[in-house]
Amino acid sequence: MSSDRKNNSLTDTIWNIFSSVKLAVVVFSIISLTSIVGTVIEQQAEPERNIKLLAKFVGENFAPTAFRILNTLGFTDMFRSWWFMSFLFVFAANLVICSLDRLPKIWKVVKEPIKPLAPEIFSTMSIKREFVVKGKPGNASEKARAVLKGNGFAADVREDSGAFQLYSEKGRYSRLGVYVVHLSILIIMAGAVIGMIFGFNASLNLPEGNVSDIAYKSESMQIPLGFEIRCDNFDVSFYDNSDTPKSFKSRLTILEKGREVIKEREIDVNSPLHYKGITFYQSSYGYSPSKDSIFKFMVTSNKGAKEEVNVKFGETFAIAGSGVSAKVIDFSPALAMDESGRLYTYIEMMHNPAALVEFSENGQQKYRQWILARLPQTWKVADGTVEFKHLWGAQYTGLQVRKDPGVGVVYLGCLVMTLGLYATFFMGHERVWVRFSEEKGGAKVFVAASANKNKISFEHKIDKITKELQA
Amino acid sequence: MDSSQFFGISGIAYILAMVAYIAYLVFRNSAVGIIATTITAVGFVSHTMAFFLRWKEFYEIGQMGILRAIPLTNLYESLIFFVWCLILGYLIIEWKYRNRSFGAFITPIAGMALAFIDISGMDKNIHPLIPALQSNWLLAHVTMSFTSYAAFAISFATAMMYLVATTDDKKSAGYVFWTVALGIFVSVLLAMGIDFLVFRVAVSSPESFLKSYLFKATYRNSSGAIVLGSYLAAAALIFAIWKFGHVLKNIITSFSLSPDVLDDLTYKSVAVGFPIFTLGGLIFGAIWADQAWGRYWSWDPKETWSLITWFVYAFISMRDF
Repeated sequence: MSSDRKNNSLTDTIWNIFSSVKLAVVVFSIISLTSIVGTVIEQQAEPERNIKLLAKFVGENFAPTAFRILNTLGFTDMFRSWWFMSFLFVFAANLVICSLDRLPKIWKVVKEPIKPLAPEIFSTMSIKREFVVKGKPGNASEKARAVLKGNGFAADVREDSGAFQLYSEKGRYSRLGVYVVHLSILIIMAGAVIGMIFGFNASLNLPEGNVSDIAYKSESMQIPLGFEIRCDNFDVSFYDNSDTPKSFKSRLTILEKGREVIKEREIDVNSPLHYKGITFYQSSYGYSPSKDSIFKFMVTSNKGAKEEVNVKFGETFAIAGSGVSAKVIDFSPALAMDESGRLYTYIEMMHNPAALVEFSENGQQKYRQWILARLPQTWKVADGTVEFKHLWGAQYTGLQVRKDPGVGVVYLGCLVMTLGLYATFFMGHERVWVRFSEEKGGAKVFVAASANKNKISFEHKIDKITKELQA
Repeated sequence: MDSSQFFGISGIAYILAMVAYIAYLVFRNSAVGIIATTITAVGFVSHTMAFFLRWKEFYEIGQMGILRAIPLTNLYESLIFFVWCLILGYLIIEWKYRNRSFGAFITPIAGMALAFIDISGMDKNIHPLIPALQSNWLLAHVTMSFTSYAAFAISFATAMMYLVATTDDKKSAGYVFWTVALGIFVSVLLAMGIDFLVFRVAVSSPESFLKSYLFKATYRNSSGAIVLGSYLAAAALIFAIWKFGHVLKNIITSFSLSPDVLDDLTYKSVAVGFPIFTLGGLIFGAIWADQAWGRYWSWDPKETWSLITWFVYAFISMRDF
């Protein structure tokens, strides 16, 4: 018996703690404050970076120790740490219990349509007006009904021993808006959990021409895709005379057991490729030279003969219709010239690809020329035009690979939240009662009203209605 | 004329308007009030023209669709747009409530934002869009975010006035809070002004400004005496505001600004700003991030701070339910 009551009071205590706004304040504050630490300490970064950062706050000597402490506490990857997850869980529990605690009372109000007020209650309402109009209560109330209708209140009438009462309400269900918002937060969290359990986030650097059936969660952790993906082409274009990329695009092919199921689909930064629940995002790119890379030229001789040429480094090709042959003898992914006129590669990225081409006739070297893909004026040579179109196979496309079956749930939560916020902030439960009773030379009018939010504006509305009733 | 000249005109106008609004508060001369409103309106028209001119300039340089050329892609442009929303919101309030005294509280925020642009030597050049920003979500996400920031800034000003109007006891928490907060606000503004006067620097980037110049003339000076003096001056200023705060209260109450009206305005600003922030800032931001990077939420500093902001306003809203 006694232990039973003890149990009861224990669950009561827990219930009370979890339904309190105080706990919400505490949990919000903890989540916020620890998150701030998480925005200062770089997350999932090289230890050196954070030690350097900490040295600014605590000095060089103490920085490594400070880092070790923070690292042990999980602050270097805190948004995935068990304690941060626990706080989020407590937050969710708080939200659920807090809502369950308050819902029955609110539900009662929401379920119950408006009723006429007892005459003596009118004077106790927070918004009340009192005046006299001409005419019988019955006629006056008929006119008043039209006034209320004009203001968006469809009123019911109750006749009671010669007195008439109009009563009307709007937006009763908007009282549930807050709970809809609470629910939406839970839906979003559920979506996030689904994503964490059943999904993954990985990356894949795929050189042009290469095929892969895995992605990498980290350097050592591979994830099988269940199919193969091939990068057919990668292309980056820049804004004029700058290294600011204008766009970068990959052409990808999906293979199932060697069969092409999606062929050469182009993706760019804001348009990914979806296949079997896995999405491939264009996220980065890089330079990965290989001996097998292919120079793609469009060669035109002085006589006008045009030919597409695909050659590897050092391979000889002919300029059609002339006795001249050529080969690539040097290459720079990003050619630049310093002040003394010396050529150098300014970055190990294909920002300004340039091929040094040697031209020969009858086995005799004639001349050499740097041909730059981004500079058409360098394409013209003595024996024709060599347009440098692309160096295929020397770049990789950086793909973000994601599977997240929870995304739909998260979006649903976002939609529910939007609806809930609309009800919460732009709708309110407004009630009006107007009572007409016999009075010498006319009808005595009592107006009472209440609103659960935005009271000042509502009072202005009641003033307007009152004025119209008196007119 | 190009957009930067129009921006210049509006910047000067807002700073003049700030002076005029404060003069109006002090002297209570309605002619001064009309002048203040006129200056603000002129600044706003010029600001609007500048915004659309820059949009056009961006469109011509950017080589992309007109919707993607909205000039909201860096700190400079965003701050400019924030101030535009703020002034628009203020003008609406002035017109609806037929009360000019808010101006003295809102134009300083606009002035401070614009001054920060100039003092920090922020990059004002038009840069073409990097691929990640080439999305139609840019327009919806950024305009809605900054509209909500402006609404929050207005709620800050009216809430501050509410505190001023409702606290009497110099030892009460509310009174201490608003006097100290206002004191810090003013001393930061002053210190930035002194930096500007002392260095008049054309700094290359905001980061280098923060590292090398911010508060270097005062709180972070190489001379210990100046540092000490600056902190003492700031403390004295805060003390003076604490000591004579009731003067401000008398001014506000003399303008028939009841605490109820101020509270209502604060609530309304939050009630407009919070849903817009949630939808445009957080939800649209998440959808866009999902599309561009495959992560709707990655706890990066910008996202985390947005969430903290959201928590704060969610709490403020909760008091009404």
